[in-house]
Amino acid sequence: MVDADAVGRVFRAEHGRCVATLTRLLGDIDLAEEAVQDAFTVACERWQELPPNPGGWIVTTARRRALDRWRRESTRHARHVEALRLAEARGGPDGPREEGGAVHDDRLRMVFTCCHPALAPEAQVALTLKLLGGLDTAEIARAFLLPEATLAQRIVRAKRKIRDAGIPYRVPTEAELPGRLGPALAVVYLVYTAGHSAAAGDGLHRVELCAEAVRLARLLAELMPDEPEVLGLLALLLLLESRRPARTGPDGGLVLLPDQDRGRWDAALAAEGRALVRACLRRGAPGPYQVQAAINAVHSDAAEAAATDWPQIVRLYDLLLTLTPTPVVALNRAVALAEADGPAAALAEVDRSDVAGALAGYQPWWVVRAELLVRLGRTGEAAAAYRRAVELTGNAVEREHLARRLAALGG
Amino acid sequence: MKQYLLSVWHDGAEYPTPPAEVMEQMFRDVDAFNKELEASGAYVFAAGLHPASTATVVQSSGGQVTTTDGPYAESKEQMGGFWIVKAPDLDAALAIAARGAAACQGPVEVRPLQDESED
Repeated sequence: MVDADAVGRVFRAEHGRCVATLTRLLGDIDLAEEAVQDAFTVACERWQELPPNPGGWIVTTARRRALDRWRRESTRHARHVEALRLAEARGGPDGPREEGGAVHDDRLRMVFTCCHPALAPEAQVALTLKLLGGLDTAEIARAFLLPEATLAQRIVRAKRKIRDAGIPYRVPTEAELPGRLGPALAVVYLVYTAGHSAAAGDGLHRVELCAEAVRLARLLAELMPDEPEVLGLLALLLLLESRRPARTGPDGGLVLLPDQDRGRWDAALAAEGRALVRACLRRGAPGPYQVQAAINAVHSDAAEAAATDWPQIVRLYDLLLTLTPTPVVALNRAVALAEADGPAAALAEVDRSDVAGALAGYQPWWVVRAELLVRLGRTGEAAAAYRRAVELTGNAVEREHLARRLAALGG
Repeated sequence: MKQYLLSVWHDGAEYPTPPAEVMEQMFRDVDAFNKELEASGAYVFAAGLHPASTATVVQSSGGQVTTTDGPYAESKEQMGGFWIVKAPDLDAALAIAARGAAACQGPVEVRPLQDESED
């Protein structure tokens, strides 16, 4: 008998693919999830050892059981007859039929359905983690610090909208792709940042979001190997992930990039990320994720913080600013500029009216400004900026960190 | 084929009054859009409404009918007109709505009609 852990591992690895295929075959996400769940229950009872293709076994079993049930029920319900007819017309598990002859992985259809712009971003995230990631509602709720009922409701509503509003289950055409890829990449990035920004002590559940995001980014890269921004996103996440072991100190506190023990960086992940950055930038179609990945690759090239090639990072921020001209990018560029050209040049950028005006309520703007003022010896102004930053900080650990900086000024 | 309500929204109980040449352009664009809808077979029905200040609300409770000056929705956003269109899925309906929004120079809300066969 195969133990429950082994079935659990198959579930995590194959759930996304199985639900995606069954959704195409049965024409309904709820029915697909139910059928896959059903098949895993059968697997727990029957598997003496793992079949050669566990995912294929699950798909075949799920489909057969769903159709058997409909056949029994179709004597009573016309809608089951219709569903059965449609399911059979859609072909077998091995015969995805696509307009235009393209053969797409069902998971790619699922990505674009879950990340359809007609769904709210938080619903896109929850659906993607549930259907493609195979996480259950309780796990997702814990990771996002939400009541389980709230998250369950969000998923139910999103699935109802997919069905009732007729959100199609298909891969966007080449012409639609630019507008549709953005939300899909944003979902994966959001999952990563939710895990990455988890405060120490939030526990493992949130950190697992980082691993899940990397897994999803790998999946997107496997499904769309020719999209430079997809590779850029994967590279960015791998490079951020490579530094994660060094982000936490022995006391569980946050360690910022300049103070990290670079020996604790994951060299293999960093090397993979750097190789991807080089590969996608060679295609000559830079996008925001690729450039952010390139910035992180420069950091990861430096054996110690002092060896960082800041002028190169400033040049990359110049490029990022032309792609995404936002005040937040301008602020990040100023931080790099402080290292390349000194704090006075950086402060001039931070205080530029378009940046200062837009970011007056943005806590990081006050922190950056305070730190530049400290370096310029303008202690009084620095203290005022720190005090404003503390007021704008919701996170207790971070507030304490800022209060210590403020106290150190002797003001 | 599913059917969708494409409603056009604006702010205020009265319509904004853009310059005459803007209005004329809008009428021409909406007219062309309606013709295009009919030619493509997506058209089911369409209408422009008098402003929300002309609306009246009737309520019936326990046989008691009350009539009040409308509109019912207390929001500043009001519906100015609508199309009912046929489309194979939401993406197709959204593509139609995008052309409608450009023609009438206002936001268009896309909402699915319940299928007659739905139980």
